[in-house]
Parts: sequence; C-alpha cells; structure tokens
Amino acid sequence: MQVPETFDYERASTVEDAIQRLTAHGDEARVIAGGHSLLPMMKLRLAVPEVLIDINDLPGLDHVRLDGDELAIGALVRHAAILDDPILGEHYPIFADAERKIADPLVRNRGTIGGSLCQADPAEDLSAVVTALKGSCVIQSANGRRTVPMREFHTGPWETAVGDAELLVEVRIPVRTSVGSSYHKVERRVGDWAVAAAGAFVQLDGDTIAAVGLGLSAVGAPDMTCPDAEQALVGGPASAEAFAEAARIVHDAVSPTADQRGPVDYKRHLAGELTRRALTDAARRARSGSDPVDSEEGNA
Amino acid sequence: MTTTDNPPQSDTEADTTEVPLSDAGNPIGFGRMLRKEDARFLRGQGNYVDDVRLPGMLTGVILRAPMAHARINSIDTSAAEAVDGVHAVLTGETLEGVGLSWMPTLSNDTQSVLVTDKVRFQGQEVAFVIADDEYIAQDAAQRIVVDYEPLPAVADAKQALADDAPLIRDDVEGRTDNKIYDWEAGNKDETDRAFADADVVVRQEMLYPRTHPAPMETCGSVAHMDPVTGKLVIWTTTQAPHAHRTLYALVAGLPEHKIQVISPDIGGGFGNKVGIYPGYVCSVVGSIVTGKPVKWMEDRAGNLMSTSFARDYHMTGEIASTADGTITGLRVDVLADHGAFNGVAQPTKYPAGFFHIFTGSYDYGAAHCNVRAVYTNKAPGGVAYACSFRITEAVYLVERMVDCLADELDMDPAELRMKNLLQPEQFPYTTPTGWEYDSGDYPRALQKALDMAGYEALRDEQADVRAAYDNGESTMLMGIGLSFFTEGVGAGPRKHMDILGLGMADGCELRIHPTGKAILRISVQSQGQGHETTFAQIVSQELGIPPEDIEVVHGDTDNTPFGLGTYGSRSTPVSGAAAAVVSHRIRDKARIIAATALECDPDDLEWEPGRWFVRGAPEQGQTIQETAFAAHGSLELPEGVEGHLDAQTVYNPPNLTYPFGAYICVTDVDTATGEVKVRRFIAVDDCGPRINPMIVEGQVHGGLADGIGMALMEVMAFDRDGNHLGGSFMDYLLPTSMECPSWELGETVTPSPHHPIGVKGVGESATVGSPPAVVNSVLDAIGVRHADMPLTPAAVWRAMQGSPLRTDLAIE
Amino acid sequence: MEVTITVNGTAVTRDVEPRMLLVHFVRDELGLTGTHWACDTTNCGACTLWVDDTPVKSCTMLAVMADGHTVRTVEDLDTGGQLNPLQEGFMQEHGLQCGFCTPGMLMTGQWLLDRDPDPDEATIREAISGNLCRCTGYENIVRAVRWAAEHGNGEAEATDDDASADVETSDEVTA
Repeated sequence: MQVPETFDYERASTVEDAIQRLTAHGDEARVIAGGHSLLPMMKLRLAVPEVLIDINDLPGLDHVRLDGDELAIGALVRHAAILDDPILGEHYPIFADAERKIADPLVRNRGTIGGSLCQADPAEDLSAVVTALKGSCVIQSANGRRTVPMREFHTGPWETAVGDAELLVEVRIPVRTSVGSSYHKVERRVGDWAVAAAGAFVQLDGDTIAAVGLGLSAVGAPDMTCPDAEQALVGGPASAEAFAEAARIVHDAVSPTADQRGPVDYKRHLAGELTRRALTDAARRARSGSDPVDSEEGNA
Repeated sequence: MTTTDNPPQSDTEADTTEVPLSDAGNPIGFGRMLRKEDARFLRGQGNYVDDVRLPGMLTGVILRAPMAHARINSIDTSAAEAVDGVHAVLTGETLEGVGLSWMPTLSNDTQSVLVTDKVRFQGQEVAFVIADDEYIAQDAAQRIVVDYEPLPAVADAKQALADDAPLIRDDVEGRTDNKIYDWEAGNKDETDRAFADADVVVRQEMLYPRTHPAPMETCGSVAHMDPVTGKLVIWTTTQAPHAHRTLYALVAGLPEHKIQVISPDIGGGFGNKVGIYPGYVCSVVGSIVTGKPVKWMEDRAGNLMSTSFARDYHMTGEIASTADGTITGLRVDVLADHGAFNGVAQPTKYPAGFFHIFTGSYDYGAAHCNVRAVYTNKAPGGVAYACSFRITEAVYLVERMVDCLADELDMDPAELRMKNLLQPEQFPYTTPTGWEYDSGDYPRALQKALDMAGYEALRDEQADVRAAYDNGESTMLMGIGLSFFTEGVGAGPRKHMDILGLGMADGCELRIHPTGKAILRISVQSQGQGHETTFAQIVSQELGIPPEDIEVVHGDTDNTPFGLGTYGSRSTPVSGAAAAVVSHRIRDKARIIAATALECDPDDLEWEPGRWFVRGAPEQGQTIQETAFAAHGSLELPEGVEGHLDAQTVYNPPNLTYPFGAYICVTDVDTATGEVKVRRFIAVDDCGPRINPMIVEGQVHGGLADGIGMALMEVMAFDRDGNHLGGSFMDYLLPTSMECPSWELGETVTPSPHHPIGVKGVGESATVGSPPAVVNSVLDAIGVRHADMPLTPAAVWRAMQGSPLRTDLAIE
Repeated sequence: MEVTITVNGTAVTRDVEPRMLLVHFVRDELGLTGTHWACDTTNCGACTLWVDDTPVKSCTMLAVMADGHTVRTVEDLDTGGQLNPLQEGFMQEHGLQCGFCTPGMLMTGQWLLDRDPDPDEATIREAISGNLCRCTGYENIVRAVRWAAEHGNGEAEATDDDASADVETSDEVTA
C-alpha cells in the first residue's frame, strides 16, 4: 500500500511547546492532529514534510463552551464530538446537519475542526459552516493570540492565514437569538466530498430577517460565501420569494469548476437550489425555536 | 430430498421436505447450513496472500507510467539501486534478457510485462523494485528516472479508427490501425427482413461504461523459487490456480511439475483475479534473481488503473415490433473498447464473450449483432466483474431496449415483457443466435416479482407522486423499473469452449477414509462463495455423510485435480456436477462392497441417505461409514473390485445452465438535485434447487449491490489525454450500506435437466440482472427515454435538461 | 523511535520508523494479520481497529501516534476461543463471504453495540457506512448486528442451543 516518505516526529505537550517546535523548524514542519487530510497526501507523496508535530496531546483544545456572547470550539474537537454536542445542537443545528454528511463515522472519530479548517479545501464542509455563521479563528503564536474572521482565514485553496510558527487554537461563533440554521449538501454517495453544499443561518425579528449568513462549499464562491445575496436578504421578509431571489443571486455569483462530480451548469444550479433549501430550513427552525433534533428534509 | 440423478421436478418455490440433521445439527444434504470457513475469518485468522510471511522475504513495488501514451527514451535505475536495502530493480530490458518482457494474454494477444518500447496506458508497469520492505521499495521507485516522450493518446474508442488516430500497437509487425476484430452473430438477412416488415422500430445508443470489479483485496503474489530444489511456489490471488500454473510453465519455460500455485484465502475476485498480471511475473523473476521469496501486493491505485476492468461497450440497439407490442427482431452494433492489449478472459471461439445471448428472455426469431473491438490507450481487460462473459452487457442492452419500446408504444413495461416472454413449453429453446436454454418458467417468475412488489399499487402511488410534482408541490418523482434476465453459466462444453487451448472441464477427487470421514478435492477456488461448505453439502446430499465430516480442499495445484477455476458462475454447474458424479461413483462402489459384506446381490440393495440396505429387509444394511471401513479392511472383494473407497472424475458439461430472474426496483428521485434513492428492490431468482439457501441469498445480495453501484456511481472515466479519473476509492465509488435498501428476495425453482443435481449456478445473476432495473426505474421516474450509467446526481439532472452527460470521458 | 503500545491488553515495545502506519505495526511488527487494508485513501475501513476504545482507520494513523495508547484488534474479540455474540451473529446471519472486510466490520459493529445495545437498522447502516463490503450487499451484516443485539451483545456468554441447528429450507420470500 502507499506509504509516506521519511520524516521526524515530535509530540508537543502544550500549545506553547508546539509553537516553540514550529518556530524551530520553520516551514519544514507540519502540524498533525487527526491526520485524515495530511496523511493521505503524504502517502501519495504530495506532501513531504520533514517534521511532523503531533498536537493530539495538547491540553485545553477539546472544548465546546459558551464564552460570553460566543461559542468557543477548541481546534482539537473531533467531528464526532461536534455531531453529538448538545450546546452546538441547541444553538446551531447546522453543525449536526453538516457533520452527518462529512466522511463517515470512523473518519469523524479522528478528524478535527481545526484540521478541517486548516486544510482549506474548497470543498470542505465545516469551513462553509463557520463561514455561514460568520465565525472567527483564534490563532496563537509566540507573540500571543490574534483573531481572524473566517471569511479571511482562507487565503487561497489549501492556504490559510496561519503562519509557519502559529497554531489555530479555537473557533468562535457569535451566539444569536431567534436564529435558525441549516446545511444542505449533495454528494455522489455517502461519504463523498460535496458536489455542492450550502449552509445558512437566519435571524428573525418577527417575520423580518435581522441577520443572515451564507456559506458555500465546492462551488467556487469567493471566501465561500455570497455577500450580495446576504445583503439582499437583510431587512426583508423571510419569504419563499426572498429566498428564491437570494438563490438566483448565488447561482449567478458562483464560479464552480467542472470535475467528475458534475459540470459547471449543474453545480451552479445546485448552488442556488441548496442555498434556497438552507435558507428555507433555517428560517423554519428560527420560527420553531431551533429544534435541535429537527431532521426534516427541505425537498419541497 | 434424496433425489440425485433425476433432479426434483419441484414447481413450488422452496422444498419444505424435512432435512435430516447430523449430530452437529447440520443438514445432511441441502439446506441452510452455517459456513465452515467463517470460524477463521471471524477471528482474524484468515490466510490471505498479504498474510503470507516467509523467512528472508523481500517486497517488490511497481513503478507505473504517469501518462497514457509515451515513448520511453531511457530508464536510469542507478539512484534506486543505490538505496540501502534495495536488492534489484527490474525493467523491460532486464526481462527482455530472459524472454519475459512480453507475455501472452488470455485472448492470444501479447501484453507488455515491463515496458520495453512505449507506454500504452496510464498506470502501465515500467519497473519493479525489490527491497527489504515496501517502504524502502517505494522510496527507491521514486528515484528511478524515466525519460518519457509523450505521444497523442486515444482515450475515446470512437476515435480509435479515425484516419489520424495514433497507432497503439506498433509492436505488432504489419499492423496499421487500432482495430482488433470484427465479429458477428445471428442471421443478418432474416433480421433485416424483420425490420423491414416491422410496424415500429426503436433505435437507441447506449454505453455500458468501463467499471472495475474492485474486490476488497487487491491482487498480489508471493513467489519463492527454491534454488536447491528448483521448485517454484507461488501464493497468489487467483481464481484459476491450475490455469495459472500451466501458463507460468508455458510463459517462463519452467517445468510444470516444479510449479505449485497456491491460492489461499481470497478477498473477493469478481473476475479481477482470472488473468495473469505483470506483478505476478515480476515477483517470480524477482525470486529467481534474488534467490529469496518476493512478495508483491498492488496498492488500490494499481488495482484500479491496471488490472482487468469490465464492460466498456458502446452499443447501438434497434428493436422491431408489431403495433400491438409483439417483438419481432433485435439488432445491435457494438464498439468494444479493449484497451491497449487484448487481454479479455473468455472462451477462444467467442471474442465478444457470450454477448450474442443478447436476445434475452423473449420469443422472436430474428436477431443479429456486429461487434467491432478496438485498441485504446487504456488498461487491458473487459471481461470481469461478475459478468458471465459479457452477459451483463447483453442483458442491459435488451432490457433497456424493451423499456425504450414500451416508451415508444406507451405500453406498461411489465405488460410488454409478459407479452413477449418465452413460455415454459418452449424449453429447451434455441435462440436466434444459437444458444439452447435448458429450462425455465419465465412468466411465473415475473408474476411473482410483480406480486411481491405490489405492482399495481406502486403504479397508483407513482401517479399521485407525479401529480404532486406537476402541481409544483414537490420536487420528488418516483420510478418503477423492471428487468428480466436469462443467464448462461457453467462454461463449458469442451468441444466449444477453451481458454488458450485449455478445455473448460473440471476434475474432482473424493476419498472416503476408513472411518467414513471424507476428503473432497476440487479444481475450483472460492473467493468468498463458501465452497468448503456447499461442496461438502453436495457430497453429503449424495452419500448421506454429515457435511462436517467432509473436508473440502481447494486452491493448491499440488493437492487438487486440474480444472479451470471459479469465474462465470461455473463452480456449481461444472465442479458441483463433478462432485455429484464422484459421489455417485462412490455410492456405486459402496453398493458392491456392501453387497459383498451382506452376502447378497448388489441389485438387491436399495439406497437411502447414508446407507445401502436389502430390499424388503431394511434392518439388513450397511451405512456408508461401515462400508468405508470394510473397503479398507480384510473383506474379500469380488474379482476386479479394488479396495478402498475413492473416486475421481472430470466433468465435461454438455451445455451451459441458464438461471433466470425477474427484478423490480423502486426509486425516489429529487428532480431539483438529481439525487436518487433506491427505496425497494425485489429480486426473484431461479437457479434451480438451492444447495444452501443462505449462501444463495448472500450471493444475490452482493450482486444487487453491484447493480446499485454500476447504475448509480461506479465508472472509470478518462480525460481526453487518457488520464484515469477513477484511480482511488475517492473517485471510483462503491456503494455503502446507505445506498443499499433491504433486499426483498423471492425464488422459483426450475431444475436444469442436464445437470446431475439440477443446479444452475447463481454467483453472477444479480450483477447481470440488476443494473437495467435500476436504470429503468430512474428513467421511468424522470420520463426520459435514455441516459447512460452511472446515473449520478449530475447525470440525472442533465438528462432532465435534455443534455445528457457523456459519463465515460472528459469533464465538461 | 521506540514506542510502547498496549495491544489487546499487552504492552509491546518496538523501535519503528516514524512513518510506519499503524496498520503495518499490528500486521508486520506484531503479526496480527486479522487487520486488513484495502484502499490507501481512508475510504474502505478494512483496517479498522480501536485506539483507546474508539474505532479508527489504521491506514491513516502513524504507529508513533499510538505510543502510550491502547489498541484493540479483531484477534481480541473472542474469549477463550469462544466467539463473542457479534462474531456469532455474523456466522448465524451469513454476514461475511470473502471475509476481507469482516474484521473492520466487527470492530465497528462492536463499538456500536457497546454504545447502543439495541440499534435499529438505520442506526446500524449509518454506523457501518465507512466500512465497504463488496460481497454481502450489507443486508446480512445489518442482520448480524441485530442478532448480536438480541443475543447478549457484548458479553461472551454461551450462544443459543439452536445456533448450529438452525436449519431452514429456504423461505419463499425473505424481506
């Protein structure tokens, strides 16, 4: 079977220790957590780091908690934990929607939210979720912590704002009231990467949309979102017509690339259709008090 | 059931006769019996090729070509050879020195083992690195420097015969184009007349895309040439150990008695493990060169990119009928993509396999097909993946054409099939292309499937769903798809069927030990079918010996008789018959010995399971175990009767057997996304009497999942440069537990009249029969006459837009 | 580098390259060949084993990452030679054919049963969706897990008297 090239392995004990090691090795080092993105690349010898720094033992990075007016999610929280987390379930069922469709249960036992965001794959799901929720990423270096909005976190495909001697330590999501959220993904088969996916939150003030966020995966949307569609929705009614118009804007705004998952016109169509579904479900959940176990499909 | 030579003429579905149980609780004979082989697999104690570990064993890794068509100007292996732990690097040049750089294929073509001149498909074998372990071998392989001179590639079979198409097989003297053969079957003139007279003619182009059997275990081998004894032992993933041994002898010039092929536990085959691959040959040469055992296990990319693919048939069908839906003729033109070498595994006389069984299960006299095969810059193969020598393609063609005709006539596809099915009294039935179907009651099987499905109610529900869709209340549509298939398995009669000159008959040896326990040696090789259980049950059925007392030996050429192996669903129809025949021979001999012991005439004895007794005096008798001891004892036997209780046979099947079935698939399609969910799948199979119903059902389950896979997700696509777009399980998608519904199985039982125990074989029925049911269902839902597999969400959505995707090639 | 991993209850120490995959550690260093591999790309689940009581795909984990942790493989499922209820369920319901995916299926299935002793069909299908099988069409694997749930899941108790006497001539229709 495919095996990686040789490398040195170090296991970090604390965040500070990890950063020290990263500082020492510079760009020859890669951080490994779940390893479910990095190791396959290394086995294909597409990634050839000289040093791997294992951060699985780092304390204080596996939390999900309310922290003031934000939800704080440690970078080492595994997909399986996100799927089952009651706090996330209560505030943002979009996480469970997405997690149910990320890879498979075994991969979800290992993969982490930090790894998913740092892989910066344009077809990744949690990046679209955090983008939709207008979350932010906390990056730590020897100089302390800095916070980067998710929409600025990816600097390009497979590139992030995290520097050589830095570590993503936490993801933060604003807490909102009267909010609903939802994620819709089309895949060729269970466990596949997205053909296209769209996530949304809708915050209601009566029947008016007070705030909205969109996250788009695998459709070539700049920063994985569509600000024009968001702006068109804010202050307007949470109606089917408004969602259809937002879907139209998304449809026209994205620039997907053709691959085995589908041609451009289809992906563009999906971007619109899944946006409409995500908005529709998010608004419904906002109205019904964000039923965390809601699993209704938005096919209508 | 005690019937032997005359199979039970049961027309009810399940034989409910009480089966006697052994002390261990197993049926003595046919019936549901837990598998003997499970005990080791469940404990992680299976012994697969990669589990073989020998002292001093080295590991080989193949360096594969990164492009589809390229001349090799030079290969520099010096850096690889310098890596610590590397023992040897083989290239085409090395192999040329021992005459092994090319080898014959199973279709009498030649295939490169390691490239000598130019690369002809992406993933082709360029060099073989032998090192202490796989890690070192891969490091070293990466250091081999190959100077490739890229050439334009033929990735589209439709362009293979263009005037400006690059010549792929310039290694063959005198060759000027990429055509392999033209072949035809049926009666052209009669068929032309049928079409001229037809009220309705429907024409449809369709592609059965290139797929891959993708067994969970990849291909591999461990070769050990003992430098002292000169004996070569090869543990290898083969479905045909004896054929492999003979081929190694012929290819390498090694004495056949000094070659032992051992096929240990095999992690699935599905036709992927019939042929001989370059990696096997390299491990043999590697062992000779290094004097040590050499293991080669391909990685998944190597498996998907280089070993035997399946299908790749571009078919144009035309079906003729009267205005009221009586089918009068079928003709088909095929463009077959065989890849860079004609490596198809099939009987010699049939270059297109059994494709000309394409007339299917219906009653009409006119049929004709043309098959034109071409070389392309893709991996060789074509007959694999439980296809019964291309009956998959044939059944897909006819079952799609029948649905196209139903669409044209605006007729219910079930009604159209029922109207045209062959009737029970027509058997044995000779088809317009020359096959003799042995037995069948087709309308009964179809009716049973319709009843199980609740067909009328489903159609009513479908109308309601369609109405809601038309009203804009839902994006969902519902489809109901049917298929009816006739399989042809158990190849085959020696006078018609051979592979590279080896007739397709199979040997079998049975020895009853003095205490009445038995050992059965068979030539076929299980890859999961449960031979150790079912073959014991055959002997048990015929001799009354408890199945747990019968050891089944297979997969070792030194310890089993010659035969052609397990593929084309041939184990039960051919070797199963052989097992029955040797059992009968034992029983006949036991009769003489028992009569001697009982001091009576053999003709006065009657048989009951496990015992000969005196007619009219049942208390006077001898169990088979007692007879076995007597046969090995001091009992004086009649003149000409040898001691012991052994028998052997070689079974030459008089005809194929023809299992059949009726399948119905119900799908829900989200028209706004193109997503398909298989809601129900009803499968009625008739494979004759069932030796072990549990195993038969398991075989059907697996094949149905294959059908979901091929219809909805599996495809090996290429870009126009011949780059493989499905070289891992990330892109070559296999169905998971989530895409498969809970299968609903039914059965009818129509024994084969010519098989010693009436059984027909079932291993590939569901893989053959299910893809058209799924496709017909999806197309029925969306109201589109045709779209090619796999019906991914994108393909479904595009079909609805009227601009279907070409699923096999390029990216739009 | 030196690693110490507790495998099936026994601490083992080996000197390995950092790049050695965990699946190779158990197969090649320890000879526990019940854990298979089949895809390279974390898709198939044939290499599933437990790390700290959680099933993972061991082709996508380094042996050094398991240093100081516990690993459980298929070889540890039976007790005293007796199949555990899940293994017995696979035999009773014909949940395996070629046997290649079986160890991974068992390790995933056992984890499910330990967390949810009475899973319904949908739950089982979801749980095994990362384990590919090419032979069974999954039907009998689902039934095997259900069999275990109904026959003393998780405890290595004696199996039913009718276990080996389960002889039915084929049901006319099996759903």
